Amino acid sequence: MLGLNKKDTRFLLIVIALTLLTPIILQPFPEGSSLAQFNAGYPDLMQRFAIFGIFAIGFNILFGLTGYLSFGHAAFLGVGSYTVVWMYKLLDYNVIWGLPLAIITSGLFALLIGFVSLRRSGIYFSILTLAFAQMSYNLAYSVLTPITNGETGLQVYTDDVQILMGANEPQSPHFFGIVMRENFWVADIGAWEFTFNNGYYFSAVIAILAFYLSLRIFRSPFGLMLRAIKTNQTRLNYTGLNARPYTLAAFVISGMYAGLAGGLLAAMDPLAGAERMQWTASGEVVLMTILGGLGTMMGPVLGAGFIKYFENIFSKINEQVLRQWFGFLPDGLEGAVVWVAEYFVGSGWHLTSGLLFMLVVIFLPGGLVEGGQKLAGLFKRGKSDEDIDDPEHQPKQSPHVAE
Amino acid sequence: MSNSNFTRRGVLKSGAVAGAGVALPTIFTASSAAAYTNEPMGSSVTLGFNVPQSGPYADEGADELRAYQLAVEHLNGEGDGGMMNTFSSKALQGNGILGKKVEYVTGDTQTKSDAARASAKSMIEKDGAVMITGGSSSGVAIAVQGLCQEAGVIFMAGLTHSNDTTGKDKKANGFRHFFNAYMSGAALAPVLAARYGSDRKAYHLTADYTWGWTQEESIVASTEALGWETVNTVKTPLAATDFSSYITPVLQTDADVLVLNHYGGNMVNSLTNAVQFGLREKQVNGRNFEIVVPLFSRLMARGAGENIKGILGSTNWHWSLTDEGSQAFVKSFGTKYGFPPSQAAHTVYCQTLLYADACERAGTFNPCGVVEALEGFEFDGLGNGKTTYRADDHQCFKDVLVVRGKENPTSEFDLLEVVEVTPVEQVTYDPNHPMFAGGNLGACNEGA
Repeated sequence: MLGLNKKDTRFLLIVIALTLLTPIILQPFPEGSSLAQFNAGYPDLMQRFAIFGIFAIGFNILFGLTGYLSFGHAAFLGVGSYTVVWMYKLLDYNVIWGLPLAIITSGLFALLIGFVSLRRSGIYFSILTLAFAQMSYNLAYSVLTPITNGETGLQVYTDDVQILMGANEPQSPHFFGIVMRENFWVADIGAWEFTFNNGYYFSAVIAILAFYLSLRIFRSPFGLMLRAIKTNQTRLNYTGLNARPYTLAAFVISGMYAGLAGGLLAAMDPLAGAERMQWTASGEVVLMTILGGLGTMMGPVLGAGFIKYFENIFSKINEQVLRQWFGFLPDGLEGAVVWVAEYFVGSGWHLTSGLLFMLVVIFLPGGLVEGGQKLAGLFKRGKSDEDIDDPEHQPKQSPHVAE
Repeated sequence: MSNSNFTRRGVLKSGAVAGAGVALPTIFTASSAAAYTNEPMGSSVTLGFNVPQSGPYADEGADELRAYQLAVEHLNGEGDGGMMNTFSSKALQGNGILGKKVEYVTGDTQTKSDAARASAKSMIEKDGAVMITGGSSSGVAIAVQGLCQEAGVIFMAGLTHSNDTTGKDKKANGFRHFFNAYMSGAALAPVLAARYGSDRKAYHLTADYTWGWTQEESIVASTEALGWETVNTVKTPLAATDFSSYITPVLQTDADVLVLNHYGGNMVNSLTNAVQFGLREKQVNGRNFEIVVPLFSRLMARGAGENIKGILGSTNWHWSLTDEGSQAFVKSFGTKYGFPPSQAAHTVYCQTLLYADACERAGTFNPCGVVEALEGFEFDGLGNGKTTYRADDHQCFKDVLVVRGKENPTSEFDLLEVVEVTPVEQVTYDPNHPMFAGGNLGACNEGA
């Protein structure tokens, strides 16, 4: 189906089902229970899962396939966001104008940066992209303030021109009248509450399309060529092939994915801030990809979800919540436990996610996807025993395509 | 014949399916019955405290969080009641707000607009917060204020000093108790002129974001009106930690006053650098080189240590004030945490009380009702004397303190002394003042 073999079709269908059922899957605990803290099925976070999933899928096309590690992808994210917000300011709140333009501008931007950066490979390439991204960040933060509104972030004001604005048009981002931040259905089933949000499903449909496109790229001769570059570029050069057009194409494609993700961020929340372009944001997508499983289809999406979950859920656990949890302990002990635990939650969520990142990289070099495969292997005894009993935890050959 | 479903099992099955179908609409009761965003339905109401727990303003954020927790205790009738006893409005009963117990959620703004908005969104969408408060950076406060306006909840700004918060970027659902850069300039300039003379040459180092810009603009305008000259204004990144490279050029000019438009960790670092470069011992044209920090706080004074002595600045509130409200607040804060509160703690405590009081007086949590109750509200007993929430821009008007780093501190908290209390008339401005123009409150939004 759709140019995919049977196995891939099944894989794609599973991904579609998971994406569409996300509002239910992420809401496993009933409202009001003490575990409701860990529910993640609220619109803002679900939107972020989908959007950063797109970002990571795109990044994986470059890093996972060609092995070129870009440290500057956040710049494209920012360009996409600014484009969309500017379209709000100039035309109207319909995202149909901004999103395609975000892909185009970030693509052009990627072409420019890629053309220069790809003259080098390895660490020099990484440093060049990092330099470009930091430059863009500083420009957006300060020099280009008239365009980007500096640190405050670009916002839509009531006195903006908005030439296409209709009389009854919604005053927030929408897709032909479907307002992004509205929920089309809030279902209270028993103690559970499930929120079905317009914006999430809009991003989810785009994420599925992005995923499908990336799957086709992975399976195409072009994808094969990119893998050849990763395996041995020198040998490729000796056979008389010029690798640069391929890497540049991969760079531009992944830049466009990032621009799309940035545009979607602004489509969910009409604000574009310069810190979206900071190097930490570029680093984050590298972490997402490695954490989930480099070069696999599903890995980057899992990694994106993992990091965003920690950022949004663990950072909100405060002393009050901890005291509730450990209230059953004797006073002195409770104080001690809460004191220790406080370092790992709230503003200390970086510490927790850092530790988990270390554990994953040390024990599951293939990322979360490898973890999933190992689990699956436990149930399908005999098939992948050699995988499990690898005492030295050597990294596997990166899988062609993982499920 | 035998393919019909009229077996006992088949009838039961289809009956169950039909029953479930009939029952379906009653199970799926949409909760859109609420009259406004996050209308509290149960016996409690949730407030969202969105403060920086990391980044250059983390100290202020931590102190704000302490004050919020104290305010929640007092609202729920625990503790000694603090400023609730001295507050001129007596609507609060100590039984929560409108009889509902106050609960809260916290979040980390990371001093970044994006992160702050994500955190505020999760409070509104996940935790059902009916009011968001906090922010120790004007950029963040403005971003979150815009979000609250769109979502239809009230935003009670914490520590935000930029003119834009209640100027260009003002919103109907947003309220600010803290004073602003214009007020700092208006209060500080006469004191500066009286002490340092009216023919000084000033050099500005400014944090490069909305607060820094408006503060620089305000100080430049009010000092130039008194005869000062501005030699140069240099923007420094908010994330900077070393200001040496910005201090060196100051030495090359004939400036004799350095104005540090920095706050929090930024100011501690820039002041330390300035002192290391010997600026305080420097003589220009036979006069002492002076450093001015227009927005001061005790937390910064503590961070800067010795360097702060004799430096002039302005502040919203200081714990050494002797009025009844301030004393009650310092006492209950001190009893709980063992040290006196900062101005950040004071302003967010007041904001929480003011919000709760407005709900009580309006008889509802509906944002539009709260807005109506707060607009033009006059009150006293919250440590700043007589104060008004102006309806035109949702800014509080009250006296401003001009302070100086104490030469001989008696304790590690006794770092600032009040030089002058500038009366409210001197810092009041027209809502259409050029520094505040261009904004539009719009209509209050109660969401859905």
